[in-house]
Amino acid sequence: MSAMKTDSERPARRVRPVQSKNPHAPRAPRESPLARGGALIVMGVFTLYFLVPIWWLLVAASKSRSQFTTTNPLWFADFSLFENIGNLVAYRDGVYLKWMLNSALYAGGGALIGTIIAGMCGYALAKYNFPGRELIFNVVLGGVLVPATALALPLFLIFSQISLTNTFWSVFLPSLVSPFGVYLARIYASASVPDELIEAARLDGAGEVRTFFTVSVRMMVPALVTVFLFQFVAIWNNFFLPLIMLRDETLFPVTLGLYAWNSQVNQIPVLRDYVLIGALLSIIPLIIIFLLLQRFWRNGLSAGSVK
Amino acid sequence: MSASAALSPDAQGSAARVSRTKKPRASKVRVQHKGAILAFVLPFGILFGLFYLVPIGYAVYESLLVIKREGTFGAATEVFGGFTQYILVFQNGPFWQSIGRVLMFGVVQVPVMLGLALLFALLLDSPLLRGKRFFRLAFFVPYAVPGVIAAIMWGYLYSPNLSPFRAVTENINFLSADLVLWSIANVVTWVYVGYNMLIIYSALLAIPTELYEAARLDGAGQLRIAWSVKIPLIMPAIVLTAIFSIIGTLQLLAEPQVFRSFSSAVTSTFTPNLTVYSTSSIPNFNLAAAFSVVLALATFILSFTFLKFTQRKETT
Repeated sequence: MSAMKTDSERPARRVRPVQSKNPHAPRAPRESPLARGGALIVMGVFTLYFLVPIWWLLVAASKSRSQFTTTNPLWFADFSLFENIGNLVAYRDGVYLKWMLNSALYAGGGALIGTIIAGMCGYALAKYNFPGRELIFNVVLGGVLVPATALALPLFLIFSQISLTNTFWSVFLPSLVSPFGVYLARIYASASVPDELIEAARLDGAGEVRTFFTVSVRMMVPALVTVFLFQFVAIWNNFFLPLIMLRDETLFPVTLGLYAWNSQVNQIPVLRDYVLIGALLSIIPLIIIFLLLQRFWRNGLSAGSVK
Repeated sequence: MSASAALSPDAQGSAARVSRTKKPRASKVRVQHKGAILAFVLPFGILFGLFYLVPIGYAVYESLLVIKREGTFGAATEVFGGFTQYILVFQNGPFWQSIGRVLMFGVVQVPVMLGLALLFALLLDSPLLRGKRFFRLAFFVPYAVPGVIAAIMWGYLYSPNLSPFRAVTENINFLSADLVLWSIANVVTWVYVGYNMLIIYSALLAIPTELYEAARLDGAGQLRIAWSVKIPLIMPAIVLTAIFSIIGTLQLLAEPQVFRSFSSAVTSTFTPNLTVYSTSSIPNFNLAAAFSVVLALATFILSFTFLKFTQRKETT
């Protein structure tokens, strides 16, 4: 009986309505309670593994310094999270807020522009026939296999030739390029934007670029949101490029800033508190974005992995 | 690749259809909508060239130079040195030790991580489990934690005197020279299992259910269906996750760099990228560039070989 319940739990928009529509499938009795229990235990244990560290971080960030080591590390003592946040924000003229803002600019701006240009390129590779198309696609595909960290040092050398290291642009501009985005956009566009639709837009007299931005983009939304998200995460998490490019603290993204604080903990013990609170705050934006855009990126992800 | 092959006749068809309704503007040129194509491709193309191709070329160029000094105090000039830097790379013991270290790391960590991801994806896809939405989210949350932050957090969790699990960490030193590599492996696994699980799970969702309705009617259990029907069908997704994991392993940098402040066992040449970083801060850019080139080539060859190897296995 619980098997029927499992089925009804599946959201209705799920890709396989067949399963619940077929009440005659003799599947309910075959799943033994033992297998069910085993599955639940495995998932339960790993839920602890994945969530306890974050839980600990939340609890630790909510404690005052004196209670950090003296109270139960996995449960709240006097709740001083907001006081701690206040101290963190006030420290060194609010440099932490500046880092969060920088991260938001690098990741938000970079992912937005990066997604648009990757989407256009992928769309052109999917929907137009021109010489060199396969060559471009294969070069881009090779780019997917070139790790971004391998480029950090040569980028630094180039930027130092033109005296652009230690600037906003030295981190922002290289972040705009997403070969994986082109790959995903191409696959998705060729599968989901019908030629007839582009044709119809042409007959209506719309230009190619306008057709793309008004008609085709709508069909590509799941893929574009996926590209945006993964590009956002990649830039937000990027460490090597800012580490090697930036000296000026006020340009740091939050990851580099917290890293810098963490390596000074031994000299300045108060930084330990700020590192933990800062770490907690820094993961909240990403969690919110992932939750909000869940519906989109799950569809887009499947498009990329199926092919 | 298969997608592009399947695509081209389709696109040709559309081009043929277009020609009938086309305005006579670009009659001499065979390629239609040339301006639009340029407008679409150029922005990415230029940036890709500037920030991917040029750096690669520049790294190769820098790696072929050596610094020459006129006497002890003379000005340093860069002159062409052929493969001098590469000879230094191949003679550099710590660099090859670091390559060996990440390979060992990958041989253990990648199968463990992908094995777990596959197990969770199959459980999420089976009728055995309830509360799927919760588990899917809970397992994915660590992916929202940047590698640097995850490493800082786990650094405290491993710490002998600050950890919430002091009963364990006082007795086992996770930050010792013997264990620290595997402690870092745990951090990487913690962050990426959920992400890989989702990629595999998405592939599972795309399998038409009829395929295992039939197997079920033949009396196959969940285990049997997973092994004989589902896993072969999602092989491409698993290969994809494996390639990205291999690339990630060879590029390890943020986690060990953070762990340097928790454990003296993590040296400045612990992973290949740390070697690149510490060489460039000496500064010895030419040698660092040569390291980068060798590392990028090694990564490329390894993931390419893996791709070819698994493709051959699938066809036979």
